[in-house]
Amino acid sequence: MLVTLFGVAVVVFVVIRVAPGDPIAMMLPPGASDADIARLRALYGLDKTLVQQFFIWLAGVLHGDFGTSISLRQDVLGLVFNRLPATLELATVALLMAIAIGVTAAILGARSRGTAVEAGIDIASGATLSIPDFLWGLVLILLFGVLIPVFDISGRVSPQLDLPFVTQFYLVESILRLRFDLIWDLLKHMLMPAVALALPLAAIIAQLLKQSLKEVLDLDYVVLARVKGFSETQVILREALKNAALPTLTLVGVQFTFLIGGTVIVERLFSYEGLGNMAIDAVINRDLPLIQGIVLVFALLFVLVNLAVDMMYALLNPRLRHG
Amino acid sequence: MSACLEIRSLSALLPNGQRVLRSVSLAVQPGEVRALVGESGAGKTMIGKALLGVLPKSVRIIEGEMLIEGEELSRLDAKARRTLIGARTALIPQDPLTALNRSRRIGPQMTDRLVRILGWSGERADKRIRQLLDEVQFRDPQRVLKCYPHELSGGMRQRVLIAAAFAAEPRLIVADEPTTALDVTVQKQILRLIAELQRDHGTAILFVTHDLGVVAKISQKVSVLYAGKVVEEADTAALFAAPQHPYTRALIAATPRYTDPYASLKPVDETVLAGLTAEIAAADKAWRPAHG
Repeated sequence: MLVTLFGVAVVVFVVIRVAPGDPIAMMLPPGASDADIARLRALYGLDKTLVQQFFIWLAGVLHGDFGTSISLRQDVLGLVFNRLPATLELATVALLMAIAIGVTAAILGARSRGTAVEAGIDIASGATLSIPDFLWGLVLILLFGVLIPVFDISGRVSPQLDLPFVTQFYLVESILRLRFDLIWDLLKHMLMPAVALALPLAAIIAQLLKQSLKEVLDLDYVVLARVKGFSETQVILREALKNAALPTLTLVGVQFTFLIGGTVIVERLFSYEGLGNMAIDAVINRDLPLIQGIVLVFALLFVLVNLAVDMMYALLNPRLRHG
Repeated sequence: MSACLEIRSLSALLPNGQRVLRSVSLAVQPGEVRALVGESGAGKTMIGKALLGVLPKSVRIIEGEMLIEGEELSRLDAKARRTLIGARTALIPQDPLTALNRSRRIGPQMTDRLVRILGWSGERADKRIRQLLDEVQFRDPQRVLKCYPHELSGGMRQRVLIAAAFAAEPRLIVADEPTTALDVTVQKQILRLIAELQRDHGTAILFVTHDLGVVAKISQKVSVLYAGKVVEEADTAALFAAPQHPYTRALIAATPRYTDPYASLKPVDETVLAGLTAEIAAADKAWRPAHG
């Protein structure tokens, strides 16, 4: 796990320095003197060699100091933690939506396998899957933001509201405080970006889980359950679902990390104040310390998601628990 | 008194139009064990599956009736049929390794029918299952209930499945080659258990097998099946003493004997098979136009 993070840190560090673009050039007005440029370079440590820069940065990270953002002139760690909760809430809501839609469609499809209903679900999921999340975002903005303006298309929360929050986890906090007005407002802002992120994942879940369910539904213990007198729906929910879920779980683990990656563009699209949106600004400004910080946090998320998937595996498969 | 199970002139088709069951008729009286014997592909398992309503969707029943205790299955709606089958019949499956759900504990897998289909209280179901596990000679039923399937051996799992089949006091049990997947020493024990429980509970059994040795040990009646057609039907003792149909005679002759293990194995006589195939083809030809 630490090896992965270290690898990511090295790669990002090198790539953003090798890539064209100079943070200093972005800060100074055109025609700044060479002496000024050199002074600023020295100030940010950019005059040292790549290896030196890396170890200075790494030493800082190990002490909990991720450096200072060049464009925002604030502590990187503070900036990242300020934005991370918004992204986590968005990604979680999107994930839950994807699971709810995908699992329902899969069960429905497996239940009515071989009929027009299954064919309809196949076509719908195929079509959904072939449209990427940012395009869904645009479509949704046009549909429900412009043509039938029922949802808010920009921001995380209505600016006129008085926010009582002490953390950045707005949704979690408003649920804990039972502030239903705030929950509603947050969800209204979150709904469209979340749907945009969720739809492709929901389609993948629907297809894969339906396939696994259909395979499991031919197995002996499922046949035995039918002979016991259980209906097809009971058979799917009680016997088949848990065993069919394993391949889907693996895939959802991988796809959820893609979903988190997708937040970068989708947050931008909906002006959602999350980490992804900040990442784009950081890249535009060539804000090296901030990019490094954000990428490292994303990498940490990916690793944690994979860990969570491994743990879910043990939960679903009693064999792994004993081994 | 009506038969426990009656099948009248049951025929079924594969999607390619091939007939897999050819006007099969058979009856199982209450408390009787009828063996259904034939080679692989003869349609023995298909009959059991058709009866229990778990035929693959591709197989189509085109004629015939199936009655459980006088109730015609095709006259019932899907839910009533399911409940009737769940309440009055049970299945002892072929392969105990795949017939238990690997992610559920044994206990709930055994009690779920009693509680959720027959409406017993959980306590009563638990007590009943422990009693049955005791009957199939588990020393510590309480522990078995908490196990996952992978913690039990093949023979133990088959005993669990037998106990579960008998637990709800079904009138009819379909035993679908219940010893085929087990090794020989365990086979014997399982067969003895099924015979014992059958006698104690007075349950009728449709015993599907390809093993004439098993037929001789467990059944009172036999139906011999070839290519989806019942070629001979008799009391077990009479069948072995004086087989009437040439195919039955050939089948008995082809059975290896433990008393003379060095004798070479005889395959079923080719000329008998050729005669049968021609006979069936002729019957198919005569049958098709009549039903369009």
